[in-house]
Amino acid sequence: MTDRQSTVLDARAMDRTLRRMADEIVELNDGTDDLIIVGIQRRGVQLAARIVTSIRDRESVIVPSGALDITLYRDDLQTVGPRPVVGPTDLPWAIDGKHVVIVDDVLYTGRTVRAALDELADFGRPKRIALAVLIDRGGRELPIQPDVVGKTLEVAANDRVDVLVAELDERDAVVVASVGGT
Amino acid sequence: MGSLGKDLLGLEHLSGEKIRLILDTAEPFKEISERAIKKVPTLRGSTIVNLFFEASTRTRVSFEFAEKRLSADTVNVAASGSSVSKGETLVDTARNLEAMRIDMVVIRHGASGAAQFLAERIESNVINAGDGTHEHPTQGLLDLLTLRDHFGKLEGLKICICGDVLHSRVARSNIWGLKKMGAEVGVCGPRSLLPNAIDELGVTVFSRVEDAIQWADALNILRLQLERMQAGYIPSLREYNRVFGISRERLERAPKDLLILHPGPMNRGVEIDSDVADGPHSVILNQVTNGVAVRMAVLYLLAGGRPELAEVAKGGR
Repeated sequence: MTDRQSTVLDARAMDRTLRRMADEIVELNDGTDDLIIVGIQRRGVQLAARIVTSIRDRESVIVPSGALDITLYRDDLQTVGPRPVVGPTDLPWAIDGKHVVIVDDVLYTGRTVRAALDELADFGRPKRIALAVLIDRGGRELPIQPDVVGKTLEVAANDRVDVLVAELDERDAVVVASVGGT
Repeated sequence: MGSLGKDLLGLEHLSGEKIRLILDTAEPFKEISERAIKKVPTLRGSTIVNLFFEASTRTRVSFEFAEKRLSADTVNVAASGSSVSKGETLVDTARNLEAMRIDMVVIRHGASGAAQFLAERIESNVINAGDGTHEHPTQGLLDLLTLRDHFGKLEGLKICICGDVLHSRVARSNIWGLKKMGAEVGVCGPRSLLPNAIDELGVTVFSRVEDAIQWADALNILRLQLERMQAGYIPSLREYNRVFGISRERLERAPKDLLILHPGPMNRGVEIDSDVADGPHSVILNQVTNGVAVRMAVLYLLAGGRPELAEVAKGGR
């Protein structure tokens, strides 16, 4: 099996895209009042932090943010088994009546977002929950749609879309790996 | 099969890597117990039987909380008031429970090796919640987690286990677990309450508690089982307290502040004095809090991963 890799967003393009997403989130919310940005572990958390920084630069407001690990809300424990690493969930804000924006790196089947919605419901009852993703690669298995999209990609089902962030991967990029020989 | 294999029977045969996996997995589980809704759906639909042949409050309640906070369905079976008191064997009891389609058994039993005996005979996951004088792995793990929380690491730490090591399953799980994680282990107690083969466990033996206090970073103080006095292991409780009891005066002579652990239930004024148990360096209640997180981690890591269910799921698509 050989991987053919192509970069669909480099660091500068990724930065531009995240800034535009931040603007769209503020626009969607009609400002920054009652806004809470929640990143999904792992790479959604770093993307959420970039969006918070971008909103701070534009609006001079630091919007509250949190991290959600959805591992314990997955629907495949009985079949796939436990994931080796469960990350921290850190949501120190009351989310009742707030506008929560979930941030994730790649939207694919929609099962992660389904799990995130269930987990958020255990923390409170937001007035509205929106979804912002850097990459929408299609292939949904559930009726879930994003509100803010960085880039839409058309890729084959067995292609892998990797979002790299400098904090964990030493560089920012979005890479598509086409798996050959299948 | 889950990441730990089928069962958790003890720490003696568990690798350092797997112990670290359990401790790391326990970290995020701590937060769940701090939420307003202390529940995640992870084990929804799983049925767990808590089979307790010996009295227990802390361990049984801790397991039950861990199970319920993961949304499992739980049933408690105690020896008294069950078919066990009518003479049914352990295996028959377990097989009958298994015939009702259960997923896991948590067992506490007075006989060493009971958990393993059961694990070899039933398909459900088995967790040892204490077997005779053999092991109490989840207690060992929660002690490791509490020590790691406080010191940031386990490597190179010096932990002294004080008291009735001979009859203590907690001591054995601690010794094996701590040594696998790179800690140094000492034991201190009257010779009559130390196993004959104690040297083979690779621990430092202290016959004077003053020496142990000079050496250690933390003391894990075991309960003196009061029935030992009748059995002639010690002359009197008062003498035990005078020679081996951990008091504030003794600790004040230590070169540093020692962390104080105790698996409970405590005999205040026997193995531990009240001002030590309630003192600023006691983490006895942190141990209890960590117990729920560690047990959630163990349940999670043993659960799921059934390939035959994966086939069914695929076929249904």
